[in-house]
Amino acid sequence: MRRPYLLKTLAFLEVLATVLGACGPAAATKITVGLNAELTGGIPVVGESCKNAAELAAKEVNDAGGLDVGGTKYTIELMIEDNEDKAESAAAAAQKLVSAGVVAMIGPNASRNAIPAAEVAESSKMPMISPWSTNVKTTIDAQTGQPKKYVFRAAFIDDFQGVVAAKFAMDQLGTQKPAVLYDVASEYNKGIAEVYKRTLEENGRPVVAFETYTTGDKDFSSQLTKIVARGADSLFLPNYYTEVPMQVQQAHKLGFTGPAVGSDSWGNLELITLCGADCEGLYFTTHYAADIATPKAQAFIKAYEAAYGKTPDDVAALTYDSFGLLFQALKAAGKVDREAVREALASITLYEGVTGNMEFRGTGDPIKSAVVIQIKNGKFTYFATANP
Amino acid sequence: MQFFVQQVLNALQVGSVYALIALGYTMVYGILTMINFAHGDIFMVSTYLAFFVATLLLGLAVPLHPAIIFLATILAAMFGTALLAVTIERLAYKPLRTAPRISAVITALGVGLFLENFMVAFKPVGPEPRFVPPLFPLVNFTIGGVAVSTIQLVIIVASALVMFLLDVIVRRTMVGMAMRAISWDKFVVPLMGVPVDRIISMTFALGASIAAIGGTLYGMAYTIDPYMGIRIGWWAFISAVVGGIGNIRGAMIGGFILGFVEIFTPVVLPASTYRDFVAFSLLLVLLIFRPSGILGRPSVQKV
Repeated sequence: MRRPYLLKTLAFLEVLATVLGACGPAAATKITVGLNAELTGGIPVVGESCKNAAELAAKEVNDAGGLDVGGTKYTIELMIEDNEDKAESAAAAAQKLVSAGVVAMIGPNASRNAIPAAEVAESSKMPMISPWSTNVKTTIDAQTGQPKKYVFRAAFIDDFQGVVAAKFAMDQLGTQKPAVLYDVASEYNKGIAEVYKRTLEENGRPVVAFETYTTGDKDFSSQLTKIVARGADSLFLPNYYTEVPMQVQQAHKLGFTGPAVGSDSWGNLELITLCGADCEGLYFTTHYAADIATPKAQAFIKAYEAAYGKTPDDVAALTYDSFGLLFQALKAAGKVDREAVREALASITLYEGVTGNMEFRGTGDPIKSAVVIQIKNGKFTYFATANP
Repeated sequence: MQFFVQQVLNALQVGSVYALIALGYTMVYGILTMINFAHGDIFMVSTYLAFFVATLLLGLAVPLHPAIIFLATILAAMFGTALLAVTIERLAYKPLRTAPRISAVITALGVGLFLENFMVAFKPVGPEPRFVPPLFPLVNFTIGGVAVSTIQLVIIVASALVMFLLDVIVRRTMVGMAMRAISWDKFVVPLMGVPVDRIISMTFALGASIAAIGGTLYGMAYTIDPYMGIRIGWWAFISAVVGGIGNIRGAMIGGFILGFVEIFTPVVLPASTYRDFVAFSLLLVLLIFRPSGILGRPSVQKV
């Protein structure tokens, strides 16, 4: 009985909207982007950085007059959902964003939330970009082992650091006799160490020593004596900042004088407190450096500091890049359509981001450069950008 | 050759620490036939005592002579740790002296857990690893191609000295004689006028102070954290059993054997991961073929 009436109302509203849209410059031409962030729960700092960077990215585009998609200027609107740092809430938030019709979802950040949300995004055919998730399973279908079609990320995966570190050791340090000491009981350390070894072997520079220990060990003298005896000229330590200081000190005690390289697990200032002068001059790979020199990064850091009064962390930088990727894909797609945006994202050949240049080759994992940080005068200092 | 000598030196350093802690296990077992599983954690507390005393003394407005700071730190750590061990014995173990032995062992495990978690929750300690500030110059040098460090030499020499002194105390003094007597017969010795409670307390204090000497030096070479006592405690316990639990010289030998197992496992076998496998296999084999350990006397069932 009421349907014709409803239809009439809808038709009227539609006409009204069209009329208003034609008159007002930006009234109906907006793009809604979903944000699925850890605003409450165990890691609220991550959620806050993510939200701050998202709002900054949207504001910058809007202040510049909107995003040009297929000849029309669109303003960016955010739909922010809290996933409470829980897997089920992350999936529910993703579902809500799907129903709300957002063009794409940025987030969640932690892998434990990103993996269930990615399932929803994939089955609903909604593009998703996780800024911070580094677990392989986020972009890979666990059942088939195939890459998910709609799920992307802005961070590199854990193992990738092994490739970057190996290239850095070869090209910049010129290592001829590389050695590795890693915690065999931890998936993260083991994964990176194995990729590092494989990359060096493929480039004709096999490691002279590939030594292991188990979490909680404090004496590495036996393994390090072996490493020194084999004449190693560089040492790779993809281990946590709590253990690295002892490893470096014991290596020095046993007469090792070469450089040591680590992974993003070094990125805590506690490392310098424990290690003191022994870690001076060492390197590690990570996502982003707060003193990075590229103009794009500097501009972002300045804008972020002006808006929120603090230095952006890696989550903020990666969230900002996730939006950058999405904006570039929207422009390339030329229309506000999930399928078109997915196609455009998957075929990005160059995106110049705050955390480095990115490229997608058929999967949701970016080929991107990592930042190499050197410990200098007791500070983490930007040293180089290592390309894959 | 240099490689071998280097590894022997590494093993002596690790073995010295195990031996010092193993002494605490073996002395308490000798006198009470009880395994004080909290001993590894008592060792952990000693490293923190050294950390706080050293930080305090080094931060004084009037700088003290480095030798005074070094001695004061070790003595304070020894005293504090001894006090802790005696308190634990009085509060947790003494009421259970006539209870089945398993009760005391479980209590000891509980005391260990308490110490670990208390230190994590205790604000000035917390879970972060630290180093005890260096109390003498930490210098690395090489002799004939073998790398040596001052801390390594101090650990090895100090441990040897402590073990020698302990041997003298146990074999040549009245207290030592009383200890040996109680370990021989707990029921007749009190009748001879030996104050059993006081001797037991002294045994705990002695074992804890020895651990504190090791702990102070250990904390300068390795990071300390509230859970460090677990692994090192297990290895020291195996040292004590391998050497013959209850036998002081056996604990020293056992400590060095375990030090060699730790260092030479990754040399001989493909990975360091086999360490615990080798150590516990050694324990198993020994328990099968020589249950009383290398120097332990076979137990005779008294009727």
